[in-house]
Amino acid sequence: MDTLLLEMRNITKTFPGVKALSNVSLDVRQGEIHAIVGENGAGKSTLMNILSGVYPSGTFDGEILVHGQQCHFHSIKESEEKGIVIIHQELALVPYLTIAENMFLGNEQGHVFRIDWDKTYSRADELLALVGLEESSKTSIKDIGVGKQQLVEIAKAMAKNVKVLILDEPTASLNDTEAKKLLDLLLQFKSRGMTSILISHKLNEVSYVADRITVIRDGEVITTMDKQEERFEENKIIKAMVGRNISDRFPKRKATIGEISLEVENWTVYHPLYEGRKVCEDINVKVHRGEVVGISGLMGAGRTEFAMSLFGKSYGRNITGTMRINGKPVELNTVRAAIDNKLAYVTEDRKGNGLILSKTIMENTTLANLKGVSTHQVIDSDLELQVSKEIVEKLHTKCSSVREEVNNLSGGNQQKVLLGKWIFAQPEILLLDEPTRGIDVGAKYEIYCIINQLAEEGKSVLVISSEMPEILGICDRIYVLSEGKIVGEMTQKEASQEAIMTCIVQNQKGAGQS
Amino acid sequence: MIHNLGIKETLKKNSMLLVLLATMVLFQVLITSGGRGSLFAPANISNLISQNAYVVILASGMLLCILTGGNIDLSVGSVVALVGALAGTLVVNLQWNIYLSILICLITGLAIGAWQGFWIAYIRIPPFIVTLAGMLLWRGVALLILNGLTISPFPEAYTRYFTSFVPKVSDPSTIFAITFTVGIIVSIIFGVWSFFDRYTKTKKGYQTEALVFTIIRVAMLSAAVLVVFGLLGMHKGIPVVLILLAVIVLGYSYFTSRTVPGRHLYAMGGNEKAAKLSGIDTNKVLFFAYANMGFLSAVAALVGVARFNSAAPTAGTNYEMDAIGSCFIGGASAYGGTGTVGGAIIGAIFMGVLNNGMSILGIDANWQRAVKGIVVLAAVVFDVLSKKRVKSS
Repeated sequence: MDTLLLEMRNITKTFPGVKALSNVSLDVRQGEIHAIVGENGAGKSTLMNILSGVYPSGTFDGEILVHGQQCHFHSIKESEEKGIVIIHQELALVPYLTIAENMFLGNEQGHVFRIDWDKTYSRADELLALVGLEESSKTSIKDIGVGKQQLVEIAKAMAKNVKVLILDEPTASLNDTEAKKLLDLLLQFKSRGMTSILISHKLNEVSYVADRITVIRDGEVITTMDKQEERFEENKIIKAMVGRNISDRFPKRKATIGEISLEVENWTVYHPLYEGRKVCEDINVKVHRGEVVGISGLMGAGRTEFAMSLFGKSYGRNITGTMRINGKPVELNTVRAAIDNKLAYVTEDRKGNGLILSKTIMENTTLANLKGVSTHQVIDSDLELQVSKEIVEKLHTKCSSVREEVNNLSGGNQQKVLLGKWIFAQPEILLLDEPTRGIDVGAKYEIYCIINQLAEEGKSVLVISSEMPEILGICDRIYVLSEGKIVGEMTQKEASQEAIMTCIVQNQKGAGQS
Repeated sequence: MIHNLGIKETLKKNSMLLVLLATMVLFQVLITSGGRGSLFAPANISNLISQNAYVVILASGMLLCILTGGNIDLSVGSVVALVGALAGTLVVNLQWNIYLSILICLITGLAIGAWQGFWIAYIRIPPFIVTLAGMLLWRGVALLILNGLTISPFPEAYTRYFTSFVPKVSDPSTIFAITFTVGIIVSIIFGVWSFFDRYTKTKKGYQTEALVFTIIRVAMLSAAVLVVFGLLGMHKGIPVVLILLAVIVLGYSYFTSRTVPGRHLYAMGGNEKAAKLSGIDTNKVLFFAYANMGFLSAVAALVGVARFNSAAPTAGTNYEMDAIGSCFIGGASAYGGTGTVGGAIIGAIFMGVLNNGMSILGIDANWQRAVKGIVVLAAVVFDVLSKKRVKSS
C-alpha cells in the first residue's frame, strides 16, 4: 500500500514574469486518492500540466519519477503511455460524435485504415457499465448532460489503461447528487487499487474521499495532511489555502426588505426542441427590493432555463404566465426589452456566453449598456475608460489595466468583470446564475460582499446556485425547484441542507424509491 | 501609462506596416537598380491609387463581414460585374441621367446585399453557401444583361466623377502649389485634432499618452501625407477617386472604432452568445454587414467601369479574393472579432504595391501570381509570429 507510484521532485516552473511553481515536491502512493487544493492561480493546474506532459520536459526544472524511474514527458501521449491520464476541468469531448467515438478518439480500435467499429462499441459499453452510465455508447455527446459527460471522460481514461487518474475540478459543473455519485465512483475505483489525484475547491468533497491532502499556495507546497494521522478539518485547510483565517465564509448583511419588485405568476416554459416538454411549470416567484432570494435545486431542475426565460425569453418556447415589475405587468420579448426594464442576467457560463474573452475589460464592461457611454450612437471612448475603471475599482477586480484582455484574468476576476458589466447596466433586478462557480474561497467571499452591497442599495437579487451552503449563507428566502416546479419555499431561518434535500426528494416523480 | 509601450512593442504592434514599408523599399531598390524608373515616380503613385481603389473599397466592406465571425462574401466580384453591366446599360446604351443611373446602381447593390443578408442573418444559411450561390447567380445575370459583350465607351460626363484630377488646371506649377497646400492643410487638421484631443483629455482629467508619442505620430503621418501630396502635385494633381477613398476609409474607420453599431460587430464576432445576452440583435448586425457589402460592391463597380471605360462580362473577377486577402494581411482574425479598417487598408496597399512593383519589374504574369501567393502567406505568418512573441513576453 505504501509504495510510491509517482514522485515529483523540486518542480520549478516560471512563466514570463511569474514564478508559477517553486520547488514543489509531491509524492503519490499506490492506490491512494491524493487531493490537491489551493486557491485559483495557486499552481495546481500548472503542476498537473507538467505531470501530464502538457508542458514538455525541459520547460521546467525538477524531475518526475514513476515507479522510481525518471521520466521525461514531451507530450501528453508519452505520459499516457505511462498510465497518467488527466481529465481537464473543461471537458474535451466532440459534441457531434457518439460516446464511443469520443472515448476512443486518438486511441481508435482496429487499424489505422480500418477502424473496428464492433469492437469500439462493445468495449465502450463495457467501460460505460464500469462507470455506471446507462446510456448506449452510440448516443451523441450533445444529447447527454454535463454530469454524464464527466463520466464519459472517466470511461475514456479507463480505456487507456490508466494507472494514475488526474481529475481537475471534476465536480465544478455538477450538482450535489451528481458530484456525490462521481466521488463514490472514485472510492470504488480506489478499492480496486487505482490511484487518483483530485484537484478541487470543494473541501467537503476532498475530505470525503481523499487519503491525503496537499495544500498549494502561491506555487509552493504549504502542507500535506494524512487521514491516518489527523482528521481533516475544513478550517485548517482553508487557513492553509488562503494563509489567513476566514472566520465567516459569508459576510453579514442587515436586510431591509422593501416592496415587491419582481413578481412572476404561473410561469410555464416549454422546451425549445421537444414538443410538449415543460421545462418550467406554473412557477410563482416574488422578489422584494433589498432582498436576496435563492433558487436551489439539482442540475437540470430548470433553474437556468427559468432565469433565461425571464430575461427577454432567451430560452424556451410558448412561454406563458405573467410577469410584473414594480406592480406593472410587462411583456419582455427581447433581451433589449429586459435590459430596458432594469433586468440583468449574469450567466452561469461566463466563458461561453458571458464574456468576450478576446476583448478588453473595458469593452466587456460597457457591452450591455453602450448607451451609457455614447451619444447619438457614437461612443465616447474617454468616458468608457473612466466608467470601466470605476467599476473595476468598485469590485476590486485585479488587473493591470482596464485595457487588459479578459482572457488573461483568473476565474474570480473574470466573474467580477461579468458582474461589473451588469452592474454598469444599472439594473434593479439581478438574476445571478451560479455567481461563484469555479472560483476560489477568497474570491467567493468578495462576490458575496458585492451581492450584499447590491441588496443594500435596494436592488433585488435572485441567486441560483448548486452549492447549498452558499444559498443558505447569503439568501433571505429560498425557493426549491425540482423538475421545473417550485416544491418549497423557506426563509433563511427555516432552511437547512436537509430541509432542501427532503423537499426535492419528496417531490421527485418515482425517483426516491430505490 | 497604457500607451507608454516601449519602442519594441510599438514596432511589433505595427509589424504589418513595417512589412509594407520594407516591401516598398525592396521594390524601389530593385526597380531603380534595374533601370526601370521608380516606384515613387509621381505618375506611378497616381496610378497605384486608381489601380487599387476597388480593393480599398471592397476591403472596407469585407472587414465588416469578417468581423462578425470570420464570415466572407464570395459574391463581391460578380456583384461588381452585374452593377457594372447595369451602369453600362443605363449610362451608355440608354443614356439616362447620370445621377439617376448612379443612384439606381447603388440601390441595386444594396438590394443584392440585403437579399444575401436576409438568408444569412435571418434564415442562418452559412454565408459561404449564400455568397457562393450569389457568385454564380450575379455573374450569370451580368452576362445576360451584357449578352456576353462589352459596353464602351462611357461618356466623359460620367468618368470625370471618378477618373479626373483636381485642381482642373493645366499649369503644372499651379497644380503642385494647390495640391501641396491641400496636403499641408490635411496635416495641420490632423495635428490640431491630435493635440486638441489630448488637451480635452487632460482637462477632463483622463489619462493621456506621453507627449512624445503624440508628436512622433503627428510628425510621421504629416510627413507621409506631404510626400504623397507632393508626388501627386508633380503629376496631375489629386485623383478624384482618392477623395472618395478617403471618405470611405475615414467613415468606416470611425464607424467600427467609435460607434455603437461598430462595437456590436466586434462583440458579435468575439462571442455571439454573449452579445445576444447583452441585448444585441445579432441578426441585424449580420444583415447589416452583408447589405453594406453589396452597397460597397456597387461603389467599386462604378469606380471600375470608369477606370476601364467599359463594362465587361469578366469585370470583377477575383475581386473578392483581393478584398479577403487584404483583410487577413491587415491582421483581421479568421474567427472574427478582431481587425481594423486601417489594417485592411494596409493590406490592400500591400497587395497593390506587390502587383505594381512586379509589373514594373516586368515579371511574367504567371510568375506574379505564384509569387503573390507565397508573399501573402509569408506576410501573414510574419505578422502572426511576431504577435505571438509579444503575447508571451
